[in-house]
Amino acid sequence: MLSLAHFLLIGAVLFCLSIAGIFINRKNVIILLMCVELMLLAVNLNFIAFSHFNGDIAGQVFVFFILTVAAAEAAIGLAILVVLFRNRNSINVEDLDTLRG
Amino acid sequence: MSVEAVVFYIFAIAVVFAGSMVITVRNPVHAALFLILAFFASAGLWLLLEAEFLAITLVLVYVGAVMVLFLFVVMMLDINLTVLREGFASYLPIAFVVALGMMVSLGLIVGQDNFGLDAVPPVVKAPASYSNVEALGEVLYTEYVFPFEIAAVILLVAIVAAIALTLRPTRQTKAPRPERQVAVRREDRIRIVKMDSE
Repeated sequence: MLSLAHFLLIGAVLFCLSIAGIFINRKNVIILLMCVELMLLAVNLNFIAFSHFNGDIAGQVFVFFILTVAAAEAAIGLAILVVLFRNRNSINVEDLDTLRG
Repeated sequence: MSVEAVVFYIFAIAVVFAGSMVITVRNPVHAALFLILAFFASAGLWLLLEAEFLAITLVLVYVGAVMVLFLFVVMMLDINLTVLREGFASYLPIAFVVALGMMVSLGLIVGQDNFGLDAVPPVVKAPASYSNVEALGEVLYTEYVFPFEIAAVILLVAIVAAIALTLRPTRQTKAPRPERQVAVRREDRIRIVKMDSE
């Protein structure tokens, strides 16, 4: 019998994987964006699991909004990436030091 | 093991495998394709949790739109992979330690002790006549109608922002510039030359 813990653990594994991905791919902006998408997926899985096991549909409504915002974020993020590549000819995070950060 | 558990483990293994490939493969195109696999497998998990509408939305919106956008951008940019892979091995240990630490602490919180079948009893499966889309739509258009409208505005803002960021004015078009036409003075156009008649 599947329990809530099964789904939460999968979500946790996915979240930790994307954290590790942000650490090891810290030069490639595209992979960083993909890791953020993976994180949102893990969070959505948690929301849906809780929604199912508590019998409350509000969790699914929240996932709906997260999907909307994540799609908008991906579109704008990729647009910024394209403009960035056009201007600097690179997507290496190390090259983005104009602000001296 | 019940059929449900078998399906769960298949999709769970697929999700974890795809997630770990996304962060380790060399080629960003392969990473995007593995991310698509991760989305498909999660859609399967969401179906197990009786969130049919969101599972199909995930496939349609994410695999159909967002990941295609990712693939477009990855293929459009001519990136130097060897430079981007620098430091992969040196960051690996710290990434492993951080991820393992988080996993252990998260596992202690969300493990079987706190969220097992004793703590959260299994729910009765919904009858075949139950419609997830209907239930979601009912609350979405009544209780959550204002956030729903705001979500629409957010999407509109995203469209405008993405176009405004990437649009380059084409240089071929010959259009009059009204502000420059209005600003013209007499001295800019006419030069009176005084010269003797011959």
